[in-house]
Amino acid sequence: MTTTLETSSANLLEVRGLTKVFGALKACDNIDLTIAKGEIHALLGENGAGKSTLVKMLFGTLEPNAGEIRWDGQPVRIANPHAARKLGIGMVFQHFSLFDALSAAENIALSLDDKTPISTIAAKAKALSYSYGLPLDPYSLVGDLSVGERQRIEIIRCLLQAPELIILDEPTAVLTPQEADKLFETLERLRSEGKSILYISHRLEEVKRMCDRATVLRHGKVVGHCDPRKETAASLARMMVGSEVQAVVRTPVEGADKATVLLKVKNLSRTPATPFSIPLRNINIDVKAGEVIGVAGVAGNGQGEFFEAVSGEVRQAEAGTVRIRGKDAGTLSITGRRLLGAAFVPEERLGHGAAPRMKLSENLLLSRYATDKRAFLGAAGVIHDGAVAAASQRIVEAMDVRKSGTDPEAASLSGGNLQKFIIGRELDRQPAVMVVNQPTWGVDAGAAARIRQSLIELARSGSAVLVISQDLDELFEISDAIAVMHNGEMSKPIPIAEATLEKIGLLMGGAEPGHVEHVAEPA
Amino acid sequence: MGMLEAILITIATAATPLLIAAVGELVVERSGVLNLGVEGMMVMGAVTGFGVALMTGSPWLGFLAAIAVGALFSLLFAFLTLTLVTNQVATGLALTLLGLGLSGMIGESFVGMPGVKLGSIYIPFLTDLPLVGKLLFGQDPIFYLSLLLTGGVAYFLFRTRAGLTLRSVGDNHASAHALGINVILIRYLAVMFGGACAGLAGGYLSIVYTPQWVENMTAGRGWIALALVVFASWRPWRVLAGAYLFGAVTIGQLHAQALGIGVPSQLLSSLPYLATVIVLVLISGNRRLTMINTPASLGRPFVPDR
Amino acid sequence: MRIELVKRPQQSKLFSALSPFIALVLTLVAGAIMFSMLGKSPLDALYYYFVDPLREVWSLHELAIKAAPLILIAVGLSVCFLSNNWNIGAEGQFIAGALAGSILPVMYPDFQSWVVLPLMLIMGMMGGAAYAAVPALLKTRFNTNEILTSLMLVYVAQLFLDWVVRGPWRNPAGMNFPETRDFHQYAILPEIWSASGRAHWGFVFALVAAVIVWFMLTRTLRGFEVKVLGQSPRAGRFAGFSSSQMVFFAFIVSGALAGLAGISEVSGAIGQLRPTISPGYGFTAIIVAFLGRLNPLGIIAAGLILALSYLGGEAAQISIGVSDKVVRAFQGLLLFFVLGADTLIHYRIRFVGSPPRNAEVSHGNA
Repeated sequence: MTTTLETSSANLLEVRGLTKVFGALKACDNIDLTIAKGEIHALLGENGAGKSTLVKMLFGTLEPNAGEIRWDGQPVRIANPHAARKLGIGMVFQHFSLFDALSAAENIALSLDDKTPISTIAAKAKALSYSYGLPLDPYSLVGDLSVGERQRIEIIRCLLQAPELIILDEPTAVLTPQEADKLFETLERLRSEGKSILYISHRLEEVKRMCDRATVLRHGKVVGHCDPRKETAASLARMMVGSEVQAVVRTPVEGADKATVLLKVKNLSRTPATPFSIPLRNINIDVKAGEVIGVAGVAGNGQGEFFEAVSGEVRQAEAGTVRIRGKDAGTLSITGRRLLGAAFVPEERLGHGAAPRMKLSENLLLSRYATDKRAFLGAAGVIHDGAVAAASQRIVEAMDVRKSGTDPEAASLSGGNLQKFIIGRELDRQPAVMVVNQPTWGVDAGAAARIRQSLIELARSGSAVLVISQDLDELFEISDAIAVMHNGEMSKPIPIAEATLEKIGLLMGGAEPGHVEHVAEPA
Repeated sequence: MGMLEAILITIATAATPLLIAAVGELVVERSGVLNLGVEGMMVMGAVTGFGVALMTGSPWLGFLAAIAVGALFSLLFAFLTLTLVTNQVATGLALTLLGLGLSGMIGESFVGMPGVKLGSIYIPFLTDLPLVGKLLFGQDPIFYLSLLLTGGVAYFLFRTRAGLTLRSVGDNHASAHALGINVILIRYLAVMFGGACAGLAGGYLSIVYTPQWVENMTAGRGWIALALVVFASWRPWRVLAGAYLFGAVTIGQLHAQALGIGVPSQLLSSLPYLATVIVLVLISGNRRLTMINTPASLGRPFVPDR
Repeated sequence: MRIELVKRPQQSKLFSALSPFIALVLTLVAGAIMFSMLGKSPLDALYYYFVDPLREVWSLHELAIKAAPLILIAVGLSVCFLSNNWNIGAEGQFIAGALAGSILPVMYPDFQSWVVLPLMLIMGMMGGAAYAAVPALLKTRFNTNEILTSLMLVYVAQLFLDWVVRGPWRNPAGMNFPETRDFHQYAILPEIWSASGRAHWGFVFALVAAVIVWFMLTRTLRGFEVKVLGQSPRAGRFAGFSSSQMVFFAFIVSGALAGLAGISEVSGAIGQLRPTISPGYGFTAIIVAFLGRLNPLGIIAAGLILALSYLGGEAAQISIGVSDKVVRAFQGLLLFFVLGADTLIHYRIRFVGSPPRNAEVSHGNA
């Protein structure tokens, strides 16, 4: 599967032996990479494989410890992003590098190194955006825009610099399948114009579909170069992970029709709390014992607001809006809802699900001090350190959390290990209702598989599990039915047997449910 | 000169140091840094300005020295918060405590000495105009400088590329860094500009407002300047309005004391401080307004990691 | 050359313990340089500042008198600062406590009984707590910046005290001096060991308060809540802790302790109200709190050190003719060094020779 590295004048970028060390960790170890003119080159790898580090070195935000970068055959030193842009390298960031309080045009101006007036930039940006079919209002405030629109600004900003090489970091993670198709068209057009593209993704199907060549990273090393069109998704995954990925097993639900509803959300509405947040509009959903319900949706369509409302971080006016195990919980705090048997895992690990600078045992106490009061607390709220430490150790063993030291700070764990701890912290209680937001965001494949499997097992043991996720593959893997959130509204859950990528994608893009039925018919 | 005109002029004199210090701090906060050391930088400016003016006989050299000391003093804050990433609130407090202590020590020999005054400008004919002549054309030069400064800062922030860059750093330092903007450098410059302004404001107090040195003579004006920035929701021209409002309260209560309206002078003296609290309550109560205008990175630490 | 910070994976235990000492040493070095510049022998100066006041038993008592308010206030501030509530108006709460606690001996001088003193102490605490509750209320209700409001209220309290002692509460038999009548014997906080010096029970209150708050912070759920809400408010909300409740808790605890310090100072050390009852204890206590690394037990030591600097300032003025103003400059400098040295707890510092380059904070998926 490994093709040889050819050195030719047709290569736009050649990287030899690029290395970056952080403390004891070799984030990039002796990386070789060549990108030819007019090709779409995929960079594949798991979370933590070194993709972002490599790309940051190419864009000048990180300085390599060793190695050589050649541009058009000439050795170059890319000292900073200005230098990168001057060479002709443009970048579309995964988490965006935009400014909420500034207009689209001002955002674009900030990455252009000349002193063109804002009005000229706005006009150019608008013209370019329409010519690529990515319409953009240059005077709108970025904070008011959807995630998809923000990405357009990133792309237009990049294209305005007329780059020869465009780096896209996980561009489709925030798009609906249909929006992603639109993006692929744009990329094909850029390729036909002779531009080169470095495409970072872990979605293997799209890489197979579009990319000419691929470089695969694992633990900071190149483990192979290949032609993705000649590979299967499974073989690519094997290269990325280094071993067979444990497939998640979803056993059928038994007695689904007779099962009781453990979590009921009824007519949930919420006005926006901050200028940039989404209102919730009349959301209804039931989760029964034994089942996993997935909630799909593009980021920023009210999932965070929904999670806050269901968890009780923000309470509702009416008690009946949220019912947990048949009891009204809408006016209860998050602690009150936990005491009814519910457990919650928020999207952000550091700073929300866990306090970064606190030890794991203290982070256990964070969500368990009320439910496990007898075990963990004595008179006057004195904490029983021994009991907390023992429970913490139990979770570490149950979820196979890798850490250094007996009780390290949460921030010192890798994303996957911390997420396993946070999920394990709730599973350890055997909650009757579990609500999880983005369970495997930024988590390596091994940990993700383990987390998904444990959620299914929890449901099958008689609990109700609600999973909010942007990752459609994940939802198709674990859900018994999928509902879609768009602009603060939620669709009816579609049973997994009837759900297709296209159907869900259309709902994510805001199509009316009726329209979806229509589309589904010919099949 | 009419009574009303005299009052208006004294209001302008009371407002000018607040305006200068607040406009400086506004630039600092727009870059995402909260420097609570305004009071300390101001009092250092006051003592240096007074001392240098006294020794050289030139109020202008006094002002220059006040500006230089304000900027240098702020550099201390910048080094701690930007290079060593210390807590900005605590470090700002430290700057204020250090400034109050140092200025007391430096200024001990100045206590009771008569200061060097800075005269008002005089333009033949214009200054002699009835009613508005002295108000518009007969004040001290720093008064005019303060207005220019406000306009200049407004123009810089909202009409120039450098100002856009500064605002972008205050909005999202991670994004700015990813685009290759030198976040730390810009913040150093902004903090030093704020320090220079606070120094000048302090110099104005000890050279123009009350030409003498008294320990702690800033009397909380640095803090009021900080409140003005919030009051103005980070807009330069609104700072101007706020500064004159406070100037009016200060002068108003002084006149009330002079007239002897039967309210104890101490209670009247506390009016500017109470007014600050009330104004903050009125402005901050509007959460939406504050949330939209507050620089999103304000006070948050930033570590450029290798 | 430039300085680079490298984040430590864990907080350094070594530097957590060492950083206050590093700061002290740096302050001493800076002080020595300053004295040399003033033309004084640095060794002599440091001797008079830090050794001479410790040689006599009576001056140890004076040390305890000065340390008591510093420790009491700083212990309260540690709860505030750990929970990310920036109460910098302790000076005002100190005065409010002194005023409230003085109501009985000043307005009802004929009410003489052993219950007067306990009532005074309780009223002092309530006065300080009530005054601190104002910024807390404004913060929770109107989202108002507590730093600015609590500080503004210091000026208001100072002016109010000034008016009271010159106006309604002035001693009728005091020949127009701006001071209240002397407190009667039942309103005086007794000395701990009167045979050897003046130190009053305020120092004992300070030690007891420090131990209780230390236990609360390190061993109880409430202390955990303080730290979680201070470090990551969002995680605190996820835990089900109420941040507005915490604002009130922190302000009321610190206000009550500042108020207790105020009434103890007035009834123990001064014996009447005057226009000025504090040499800035409320502000110096901020330095004490940070020098003690926001740990109440550390604060006891830090309070003694800062109290020593006050005494040393007086001693040095008499013996070598250095202005007592120097002390406040010293104290300010000390806080700077404390904050700077604390950086070592979270970061390793590297000096790099190459030209400046920037890089982003690695997001864990580097």
